[in-house]
Amino acid sequence: MQVHKYDVIVVGAGGSGLMAALYAKQNAQGTVAVISKLYPTRSHTGAAQGGVGAALGNVDEDHWEWHMFDTIKGGDYLTDQDAAEIFAKDVIEAVLELEHMGLPFSRLPNGKIAQRRFGGHTREFGKAPVHRACYAADRTGHMILQTLYQQSIKHGVTFYNEYVVLDLILDDDIDGKTCKGVVAYELATGEIHTFHAKSVVLASGGNGRMFKVTSNAHALTGDLTSIAYRRGIPLEDMEFYQFHPTGLYKLGVLLTEGVRGEGGILRNASGERFMERYAPTIKDLAPRDIVSRSMYFEIREGRGCGPNKDYIHLDVTHIDPKILEERLPDIMDFSRTYLRVEPTKEPVPIQPTAHYTMGGIPTTLNGEVIWGTTNEQKVRGLYAAGEVACVSLHGANRLGTNSLGDLIVFGRRAGVAAAKYANTATLEPIAENTDARATDLVSRIRNASGKESVAKIRLEMQQSMQDNASVFRTEETLSTQVEILRGLIARYQNIGISDRSEKFNTELLEAIELGFLLDNAEALVHSALNRRESRGAHAREDFNERNDTEFLKHTMCYQLEPGKTEIKWKDVVLGKYEPKPRTY
Amino acid sequence: MQAVFKIHRFNPEKDKKPYWAEYTLEVDAKDRVLDVLHKIKWEIDGSLSFRRSCAHGICGSDAMLINGKNRLACKVLMMDLGGNTVTVEPIRGLSVEKDLIVDMTPFFESYEAVMPFFINDDAMPAREHLQSPEDREIYDASTKCILCACCTTSCPIFWVNGSYLGPAAIVQAHRFIFDSRDKGGAARLAMLNQNTGVWRCRTAYNCTEACPRDIPITDVIGQVKRAILYSNT
Ligand SMILES: Cc1cc2nc3c(=O)[nH]c(=O)nc-3n(C[C@H](O)[C@H](O)[C@H](O)COP(=O)(O)OP(=O)(O)OC[C@H]3O[C@@H](n4cnc5c(N)ncnc54)[C@H](O)[C@@H]3O)c2cc1C
Ligand code: FES
Repeated sequence: MQVHKYDVIVVGAGGSGLMAALYAKQNAQGTVAVISKLYPTRSHTGAAQGGVGAALGNVDEDHWEWHMFDTIKGGDYLTDQDAAEIFAKDVIEAVLELEHMGLPFSRLPNGKIAQRRFGGHTREFGKAPVHRACYAADRTGHMILQTLYQQSIKHGVTFYNEYVVLDLILDDDIDGKTCKGVVAYELATGEIHTFHAKSVVLASGGNGRMFKVTSNAHALTGDLTSIAYRRGIPLEDMEFYQFHPTGLYKLGVLLTEGVRGEGGILRNASGERFMERYAPTIKDLAPRDIVSRSMYFEIREGRGCGPNKDYIHLDVTHIDPKILEERLPDIMDFSRTYLRVEPTKEPVPIQPTAHYTMGGIPTTLNGEVIWGTTNEQKVRGLYAAGEVACVSLHGANRLGTNSLGDLIVFGRRAGVAAAKYANTATLEPIAENTDARATDLVSRIRNASGKESVAKIRLEMQQSMQDNASVFRTEETLSTQVEILRGLIARYQNIGISDRSEKFNTELLEAIELGFLLDNAEALVHSALNRRESRGAHAREDFNERNDTEFLKHTMCYQLEPGKTEIKWKDVVLGKYEPKPRTY
Repeated sequence: MQAVFKIHRFNPEKDKKPYWAEYTLEVDAKDRVLDVLHKIKWEIDGSLSFRRSCAHGICGSDAMLINGKNRLACKVLMMDLGGNTVTVEPIRGLSVEKDLIVDMTPFFESYEAVMPFFINDDAMPAREHLQSPEDREIYDASTKCILCACCTTSCPIFWVNGSYLGPAAIVQAHRFIFDSRDKGGAARLAMLNQNTGVWRCRTAYNCTEACPRDIPITDVIGQVKRAILYSNT
């Protein structure tokens, strides 16, 4: 085992991790390193397409208050309003900062950053869609990731690439917990490394691979949510999982909401623009939870497209092909490459795809991870930002373009806070066998010779999560899923793998990742069962209404042992926008 | 339909030298080659090793030699291959670590050598720099690069002479040289004028054909060559 010492360690090299690292480096008196299981530029931030929302007002009049309001309403009032305020203000400057770093945004004729419309973003508190999403064609995330990685090279950030974090070095003290680093597995050699640090920022992204049809990369397996959860840190609001309306049929590959922002229309089998019925004011640009549910209703009522009536059409045939090629080139390419459908001539078959976790590791506004149910109960030295974290900006449903904004605003805040903490902290001693948990995990799985197949358990998890815990849920489907997961977790103890080698053992890695995913699924389902109301992305058919009296609060799910959880609550930070019925 | 996959296998911990393994399996015409590799890994031989992440041509993880051409496994469908026998090998010119995984270090070193970051030491404007859509368009294609290495590892010059920076690094340099906001052009042109730079390119067009992002790489290199010539006169 090798031991490395740093002041600040960042786990993850997507948008949030790189932003945190750049700011930690600027603010720390000591050393900073980033650990990533992928080469930084392979991170899934690179897949983000449509844009990053900020009230620049380059096309329409716009104000941060409008953005703040839309975010809160979009989140069905579960959004913490202090987070939304900081976000809506700071994201303006953060986007300009990206431009100053050289990010090649698309441009308006007057030379300013181009902006497009996106779901749920409106002017004057809901009156009409507003152009707020700053974009670089349909590869905004790619350009953010590239730009931040370029800056990391410029500023000499240290990277440990293809290192997989398997454990936190976390001590229980009399009055809380302290994080002293992480333990990681080097994929190229099979070696275990201990990273001893004063502070750690978790920025490891999402967990969409627990569902069968998803826009998420294979690598998005919720590793750090699971590790935190195993180590006694609660997961917040995990029942709120976003299904994006427009995934390529069967594949789940995303077609950005920006397609509808540019005028694309959803149609059922008879060609009807059905969103006019569900959201008369903003129609196809309603927030994702509403559009995904509307699509399911259409399919259930027998108005789906295709021989099995099981998908919806995304129609762009009325849009000037030149605009499509210029603003949405990758979308055109995905449709042509994977479905062999020519979008300029025929509608594209789509279905909702598992996309984004609103929940995650609970943090304060400065990214400090909390272990209790109040913001005072912080884990010393531990921070989180990006999709892995829950501040909670997105509440019960994230608006499109608010994740990229979240990465840069809260990634930066976490990086600064982690550096400042490290500047005052000392490197406290760690026990000699801190790596034991990770070393045992690796050797147990490397030598696993049971009868169960990792691929089969994973597929059963993905399929059953899709059937029982996706767009619609009931007591019955969720209880069924709790049992299914218990069974899968038990079978997981009896897996076998064939590759026993040290180098690039990707079979071993997939097996470990499956263990992480099962924890994520467990937290999601237990939290969903406990929330007997419908709010944002959490739609309970047996509790159709939002219930503010009982449930205007954040879920905090603790793992007692695999298969067994305890749910506590945390207050929502309310503010000037009082909860109102959510119509569009 | 049935397909036969012949895959380059090499586990340095067991094998003295690489060998071909053959797998026969049921596939669908619309399966990506990556789907088939997963099927082999998940159902037949778990030790088959390759990189991948996004599965839709965006992250650049899974460049490989498929039926003799550099491709992303997630962007080629079975129906594109015009036959049921498929060979899969690691990309060339980089040392093989295991099966289809190569050591990418030299590739990223060349990338870092071209100063692949925005250079402009002027005081930043209060708002964004202004850039016309026309000026933005000039370097649009090279911003699409995902650093998959399909181009560089298809280049015969790179195979023979590893010190050549290679097409991908030049594309990255082009992205900044032709950006009206950037001030580091002269330094980058000087670097690409050295004997590891653009003059090694013999316009074989392999890179352009290999690029999964449709970047006209040979033209891009040509533009850099011309910029050097003009800046020297
Ligand atoms: C297809 C698609 C399109 C999207 N479009 C938009 C959009 O237009 N606008 C918008 O706002 N949002 C969009 N989103 C959402 C947004 O892109 C993501 O939420 C965001 O990029 C996540 O960034 P991140 O930094 O948190 O994580 P990621 O970019 O996913 O990075 C995670 C990092 O963590 C590392 N990592 C993970 N586990 C480990 C481990 N165990 N050890 C070490 N390292 C680890 C990975 O290597 C990676 O570097 C989109 C999402 C998808 C999937
Ligand atoms: S897996 Fe990302 S490019 Fe193929």
